[in-house]
Amino acid sequence: MEMTTAVQVVYKRPESLAGMPTHYCPGCTHGVAHRLIAEVLDEMQIREKTIGIAPVGCSVFAYNYFDCDFLEAAHGRAPAMATGVKRVLPDNFVFTYQGDGDLASIGMAEIIHAAGRGENISVVFINNAIYGMTGGQMAPTTLPGQVTTSSPSGRDVEQMGFPLRMAEMLSNLDGVGYVVRRSLHDPKNIRMAKKAIRLAFETQVRGLGFSMVELLSTCPTNWGLTPRDALQWLEDHMLPMYPIGDYKVLPVLAELKL
Amino acid sequence: MSRELWKGNNAMAEAAVRAGVQAYFGYPITPQTELLEYMSERMPALGRTFLQAESELAAINMVYGAACTGARVMSSSSSPGVSLMMEGLSYIAGTEVPVVLIDVMRGGPGLGNIAPSQGDYNQIVHGGGHGDFHPIVLAPSSVQEAIDLTVLAFNLADKYRCIVIVLVDGNIGQMMEPAEMPAMQPLRTVYPDWAVRGADGHERRILSSIYIDPKDEEVLNYHLMRRWGQILANEVRYKGYFLEDADLVVIGFGTAGRVALSAVRSARAEGVKVGLFRPITLSPFPFAQIEALVDSCQAVLVTEMNSGQMLDDVLRATKGRKPVEFYGRMGGIVPFPDEILSEIHRLHAGELAIEDDPRQSWLKRIAPVIGL
Repeated sequence: MEMTTAVQVVYKRPESLAGMPTHYCPGCTHGVAHRLIAEVLDEMQIREKTIGIAPVGCSVFAYNYFDCDFLEAAHGRAPAMATGVKRVLPDNFVFTYQGDGDLASIGMAEIIHAAGRGENISVVFINNAIYGMTGGQMAPTTLPGQVTTSSPSGRDVEQMGFPLRMAEMLSNLDGVGYVVRRSLHDPKNIRMAKKAIRLAFETQVRGLGFSMVELLSTCPTNWGLTPRDALQWLEDHMLPMYPIGDYKVLPVLAELKL
Repeated sequence: MSRELWKGNNAMAEAAVRAGVQAYFGYPITPQTELLEYMSERMPALGRTFLQAESELAAINMVYGAACTGARVMSSSSSPGVSLMMEGLSYIAGTEVPVVLIDVMRGGPGLGNIAPSQGDYNQIVHGGGHGDFHPIVLAPSSVQEAIDLTVLAFNLADKYRCIVIVLVDGNIGQMMEPAEMPAMQPLRTVYPDWAVRGADGHERRILSSIYIDPKDEEVLNYHLMRRWGQILANEVRYKGYFLEDADLVVIGFGTAGRVALSAVRSARAEGVKVGLFRPITLSPFPFAQIEALVDSCQAVLVTEMNSGQMLDDVLRATKGRKPVEFYGRMGGIVPFPDEILSEIHRLHAGELAIEDDPRQSWLKRIAPVIGL
């Protein structure tokens, strides 16, 4: 019996992902999140009508990695900027990509009100419990006791307050169609994260209001851990504080067969 | 089109509508609020975008996003609200997208009050946010001029891809005058080649104010300054009254200029050779025109509803060649024509010295006027 070997492509760069060498640190999960977004844009065939909004933080250069139109917002203002775009171009697909300092600290008013208005935009929220770009300062999501360069003895909640759980907070708002938390620390969770991004994007395409996926992510550089240890630290320390879950999913989305 | 009675704030809103504004984002603040309220009814009725933002900070960033689509967009606010917009304005300038902002100034600093003021001159004319750029600043002194300059603001913003601020005091926003509206312009259907509207049929477009390599940022700064040079050369606007034979020249903008005109007319009736120079563009400032006036006059009186913020620009133009005196009211007080007329009499009669800082003698003169 003759054996033939057909060459089959099983893995390639999504069309919505630009061919750009990464500037992210080794082991950082931003790259994973970027790829998942690009895969979903490809699957939904919405690249040509997509306008992304990049934040200030490590992902300030997010626009370099996507082969779609992009804007770069002021720190924390991506939801306001996205609102401006979406209100003028309601038929386009508009998403923001924001870190925890951007979204949960300086941009708190903008994210809450965009969600409260039921602004028909999608948000990918990267929670790595630290400020990456400025070199490892405390974030609003930094864990109690976590050492950062601005909480050198660990986050003392009596002095520095408690971490903010954004997915839970936003889930109380009537304007929200879809808000969930996922994690990027292992393949199973990454697959779940991709499905959540798809559902968030479907929420917007179907005009069902505000959607957000919070993604627990690693920052090996500023956590002072190897990439592998960082994944373990996320699992051991972040998951108990930030449980993976569906915090608000409109029934019509829950029933969606994709 | 016939003349109708228009309130300044409503008039500027309707003028923007007729200039083809596609989206308005704002936040209520006195004495600007009628503009927002007018838009809240008018814009949706025309199928255009109106949104009351959660803050001026959000409003200007919504404007920023909407401007990136190539649509005509605007916001309006008053002094404390405009302070909150400084961040967004700087990003807009760095991204080179056209935006129109109307600032209906009130008394300050701080919460101040809601009375008419010109206290934002420095923040708007010499500021407008961090970094190296200049906005175009237009200063009307009547409701009709507020209408005309609002339309002009959109045209200049598009022409130069820059920020144009219509700087009015609360007086212009609140008062009613007969005025004529321009014809309704159609909304834009063809968008500029930089507009971000989805990469459909063309390469992706990125709009950003980040130039992480200082060499690139310096090139942007150079480019902005070259463009500013064109604006300086082409867009200076002003109006002169009774200047041909004037020995005394009064310089004032907006309501202060208008009050000064009443005083100048009274002085002319008395036979005093006095004229008024009213800058319409505060930025670009009419330096050369003022410098030319200095040769033919004996003295200059600057009048403002602030502590002499434009005075410094006038002094740059007069270069110490002629005496320059200052008379200002602050804190939301509008001067009466008689106050300016008294100053004209004083300058007309007196031996005037060239002072480094005319504010010092003004502070002495104004103390009894304000009860100190």
